Amino acid sequence: MAGKLNFSLVAPEREVFAGLVDQVDAPGVEGDFGVLPDHAPFMTALREGPVTVIDGGNRRVFAVKGGFADVTPAGLTILAEEATEVSAA
Amino acid sequence: MASLKEMRNRIGSVKATQKITKAMQMVAAAKLKRAQDQAESARPYAERMAAVIANLAAGVSGDGAPKLLAGTGSDQKHLVVVATADKGLAGGFSTNVVRAARDRIKELIANGKDVQIIAVGRKSRDQLTRLFGARVVKTFELSEHKTLGLPAAQPIAEMIAEEFEAGRADVVTLFYSRFKSVISQVPTANQLVPAVVGAEAEPIDLNGAVYEYEPSEEEILETLLPRNLTTQILAALYENQAGFFGSQMAAMDNATRNAGDLINALTLQYNRSRQAQITTELIEIIAGAEAL
Repeated sequence: MAGKLNFSLVAPEREVFAGLVDQVDAPGVEGDFGVLPDHAPFMTALREGPVTVIDGGNRRVFAVKGGFADVTPAGLTILAEEATEVSAA
Repeated sequence: MASLKEMRNRIGSVKATQKITKAMQMVAAAKLKRAQDQAESARPYAERMAAVIANLAAGVSGDGAPKLLAGTGSDQKHLVVVATADKGLAGGFSTNVVRAARDRIKELIANGKDVQIIAVGRKSRDQLTRLFGARVVKTFELSEHKTLGLPAAQPIAEMIAEEFEAGRADVVTLFYSRFKSVISQVPTANQLVPAVVGAEAEPIDLNGAVYEYEPSEEEILETLLPRNLTTQILAALYENQAGFFGSQMAAMDNATRNAGDLINALTLQYNRSRQAQITTELIEIIAGAEAL
């Protein structure tokens, strides 16, 4: 399971993103952080800001407002109060 | 015996009613689909939230645990939240939830507990104020919100948290209707405070690693728990909405079928009366002809 990060971004109304990716950058209350596969267990509250999902050459950016990021050996889960995709490039 | 004209009118009115119930059934079916999708897509969030809380709860132990999680240590003051629909014409949907809540409330009162009630939905308010009067401390109406979402659940959660912080509640229970299937909705009680952890959510195995928290564990829990309250209420409201339309669809289907039966019976009766009248007229004519 090494090599890919299991990431899901969930808003109260629906699951916005779920899948295996290479890296996720997110805005934590105490500073932005990036999560790679096999990150140590970590939990933080989130600021309002962009969550960037990087998979190979693909970058997808979501605007996230409030919520939590939870990193476990199983992957990264972001529970956002609001989440919308800004751009896919 | 009603006159033929009266019977014609009666049949006409039943037919009109049938058209309405038929239309309501179809509208409910369409809305049910949407409500069901909504309830289903809201589930991942609630599940993840439960998992995260289970994780945190395992870490925070003893006296440091926030009260919303651990409770006040007493179970004297109960706050019961009863969520039903705003509208009727859905069979026993709201009544079933209220009945389940009523039994529980009566039991609590009989055990000498203090019970306060928050009614969500107009039906719940009407029935509970009739039963318990002043124990209903607050009511919320859902029809104020165009679509069901966070703005509908937020004030309810805030109210609960406020009552709890003010020490007017030790245990908070939410009654709603769980959407099992289109034809089956189960009145369900869900204890919100103290939070029930680990019922369905397994704490995640960290393989011996230690969690890092930013900011501290307590601060995260402090913001997470009220949010969990909102999430659980929202999930219940979604379930309720799906259940309501399911129940309404079934009720309207029954009503349409009943109207059909009634129309058949009335038409038969109408035809018989008309035939009887024709026969009587014929006899009179024949008798008159014979008399000449």
